[in-house]
Amino acid sequence: MTDPMTAGPSPHPPSNLSGMDPEFLEQLRSQMLRFAILQLQDEQQAEDAVQEALAGALKNAGAFNRRAALKTWVFAILKNKITDTLRGKGRTLTIGTLAPPDSSESSDHFDDLFDETGHWHAQERPVHWQQPEQQIENAHFWRVFEACLTCLPEQQSRFFMMREFLELSSDEICHNEQITTSNLHVILYRARIRLRECLENHWFLNGEHA
Amino acid sequence: RQTRLMSEAQERFRHLTTLRNAAQR
Repeated sequence: MTDPMTAGPSPHPPSNLSGMDPEFLEQLRSQMLRFAILQLQDEQQAEDAVQEALAGALKNAGAFNRRAALKTWVFAILKNKITDTLRGKGRTLTIGTLAPPDSSESSDHFDDLFDETGHWHAQERPVHWQQPEQQIENAHFWRVFEACLTCLPEQQSRFFMMREFLELSSDEICHNEQITTSNLHVILYRARIRLRECLENHWFLNGEHA
Repeated sequence: RQTRLMSEAQERFRHLTTLRNAAQR
C-alpha cells in the first residue's frame, strides 16, 4: 500500500480525483468523515485524516476501475491513520468517561427482545439469513459498516468499530477510554444484539424462520 | 438472553460469525 501524501484541510476531495463521479466522491467523503469523527471525537483531526487518505488515493486512482475497490482502499488508508492517531493519543477523556456504559442502551430495548424468562419473543427470534454467507461477506460488508453508523447509539458504534473494524484489542480500548473490561464487553454485546437486529430487519426479512 | 455468552466468546444468532467476518474484510 502506498503511503498517503499529506494535504491541507480543504473540505473537498482532491482535484486529481475530479475525473471521477463527483456524487460518488462526495458520498465517499461524507461516509469517511462520519466514521473519522465518531472515532477521533475531533472534527479538525477527522477532516485532516480524511483529506490525507483521499490524497493518498491520488497516486493510484487510475488503478481502480471499480468504485468498490477504490472505496475499500481509501478506507484502508483512513483506518490506519485513525488507528495510529488513537494509539498516539493514549488516555483521553471521551464519551467513555463521561457517560456510564448503560446510558446508551435502556433495558427497555432488551425487554422488547426477550420475555420475562429470558427467552426470545417469538417475533424477535433470529431467523435464517437467506443470502449465502459468502455473499454477505463479499457484496454486503459495507452494509454492516453503514448499519454501524446509522443503527447504533454513538457509544456502541464507536467501541464496536474500534474493536472490529480498527482491530484494537480490548485492553487498548479499556486503557484509552478508561473503562473496565466488563463494561466494554457489555457495550459490545449490546452493539452486536442491535446491529444483528438492524441488519435482519433491513436486509434479511425475507429469510425463513428456522 | 444468557447470547451474552456468545458475544463474550468473541472477547475471551451464533450471525455473529458473519458480522465478524464482514468486519475483518
